[in-house]
Amino acid sequence: MLRYITRRLLLSLITLVLILIALFALTRVFPNDPARQLAGPFASEERVQDLNERLGFQDPLPTQFGRLFRDVITLDFGESFSQPGVRVIDLVKPALWNSAKLVGLSLLLTLPLSIFGGIMAARKKDTLLDRSIVSFGLASASIPDFVSGVLLQFLIGVQLGWLPALSNAPRDSGFFTSLKFILLPALAILFVYFGYIARITRAGAITAFEADYTRTAYMKGLSNREVIRKHVLRNALQPTVAITGTQMGYLFGGLVGLEVVFNYPGLGRLIVNAANAPDFPLLQTAVLAVAIIFMLATLGADLIIAWMNPRARLDLGE
Amino acid sequence: MSTTEQPSSTSTGDDITITPDTAQTPDSYIPPTDRNTIKKEQRAELFRTPSFIIGFSITAFWVLCAVLPGLFARWGENEAVRVDDRTIARQGPQSTAWFGTDSIGQDVYSRVIYGADNVLVNAPLSAGIAVLFGAFLGLLMGYYRGWVDEVLSRIIEAVLSLPVVLLALMVLVTFGASRTVLVLTIAGLFTPVVARTVRAAVMTEAQLDYVTSAKLRGEPGMFIMLREIFPNITNVLVVEFTVRVAYAIFTVATLSFLGFSVGSATDADWGRDIAEGYSLIQAGQWWISIFPAIAIASLVIAINLIADSIAKVYSA
Repeated sequence: MLRYITRRLLLSLITLVLILIALFALTRVFPNDPARQLAGPFASEERVQDLNERLGFQDPLPTQFGRLFRDVITLDFGESFSQPGVRVIDLVKPALWNSAKLVGLSLLLTLPLSIFGGIMAARKKDTLLDRSIVSFGLASASIPDFVSGVLLQFLIGVQLGWLPALSNAPRDSGFFTSLKFILLPALAILFVYFGYIARITRAGAITAFEADYTRTAYMKGLSNREVIRKHVLRNALQPTVAITGTQMGYLFGGLVGLEVVFNYPGLGRLIVNAANAPDFPLLQTAVLAVAIIFMLATLGADLIIAWMNPRARLDLGE
Repeated sequence: MSTTEQPSSTSTGDDITITPDTAQTPDSYIPPTDRNTIKKEQRAELFRTPSFIIGFSITAFWVLCAVLPGLFARWGENEAVRVDDRTIARQGPQSTAWFGTDSIGQDVYSRVIYGADNVLVNAPLSAGIAVLFGAFLGLLMGYYRGWVDEVLSRIIEAVLSLPVVLLALMVLVTFGASRTVLVLTIAGLFTPVVARTVRAAVMTEAQLDYVTSAKLRGEPGMFIMLREIFPNITNVLVVEFTVRVAYAIFTVATLSFLGFSVGSATDADWGRDIAEGYSLIQAGQWWISIFPAIAIASLVIAINLIADSIAKVYSA
């Protein structure tokens, strides 16, 4: 087990270095004159020179890459370009926390509902219920998140007026008030993910319902509820756990359009702003944060699967 | 010229559950074994599937809009709607402007029609390039394995660990948003996923006897990959292409919503039109952004219906 974790972490490290190289290439190597781009077309030549010196753009590329590597290890990414004097890490941290709140709430809504939907569809396979869950899931999962965001904002936020249409809660609002403000984007995420997760769970549950061990469990005289809880769920949910792990990076950094629609200060919106500025240190740090979350989440998912399934544990131990 | 006849196995190693639709066929029915007959039957089966017909009709409508927008549009792409010689801006749906008018008085309905071409050119183009490169890489990785596979797999994993929209955003910031950059970026970001799917399919095929016998005949690797394995994985490629088109539409629309659209600034573009209108929803002027949003939603759902029906027909 320990050997497996070390091996996984080493592989993640390689991936991380590759991402760093890509980030470095995109932000330092390819832009013609990053200092000029930062200072703007009307800045004086002295200012551009000054920026070049201060940010070390004229050092040899390996030196610059080494510096980026050191920044990552010491978790010190320097100051933001667009907001001078503010440390990048101080901009990323609150955005990360905001994203975590939104992702947490939406998973709390999405996972139970879509697992329930998937199991129901599998139990009533090929009935009207199954077909409608599958087709609704297919439709809702394929719509871009900002589109379903706009549609829900219009229907629930404006026409029905049930929830605030924008998610910037007033300062110092209590727990429940701030919860109310992020409920609408969380519902949009539910809309995007329900179908996806329900379909994965359904596929896993159909296999589990048809398996010999399930038949044995029924023949032992266990009740329906017990069979589902003890035998079906444990096996059917493994793909669901794996998928949730791999979607974590997307939930934290990929819902850019959704965060823009609801004006939510999460990681996604931070990255768009950094990209538009352009604010390279901020962009690098935020993207790196998304990559690290993805890695930890997939590792976590694998460990949960190993805990659920002794056979997977055997595979891991080699 | 090889004469290896493969009894067209379409098992792709995918975990799609097969619905026993073939149960109604009579016992005397002998399934055809000739590849062309199978293809023909599959196509006929496809056009009997309701979800395919719906998806196909909606997609055909939007393609028609992209090719001949004048057929449906009632006003010009950048024409202001005029009533009694006065421009009407930000007016709700009415008889002169079915979907209302936007903030500078353009007809939302006509702009929805004109906006179809942006996604319908860029998305299939990038999906096509991605499938081309992904198939090539997947064949190499799945057939040769070894260190090439190992290295490419690491790179693929790195690309897949970040959301496509994020990576695309960074590339577009660095190189500027032009049509070439957009198409190549999306194609490049989709290539790893395609390569991974094709690799899995090739690995399944490579274990079959016909590949072994071709190897024993001493055929070169390139020949085995392209003339022996490739014809047997075209089904995988077709499904992968349709799925990628849907994701490419998703990505193109999201990027143009975020301000990275190609083409001139006055062109109708669903993503950008939503970006310009969504803040007016709270003011009650919903039609400016909701109609392009419905257009995107209908197109992506249609493509997904097509992809799903094709996958079902192939796996049945």
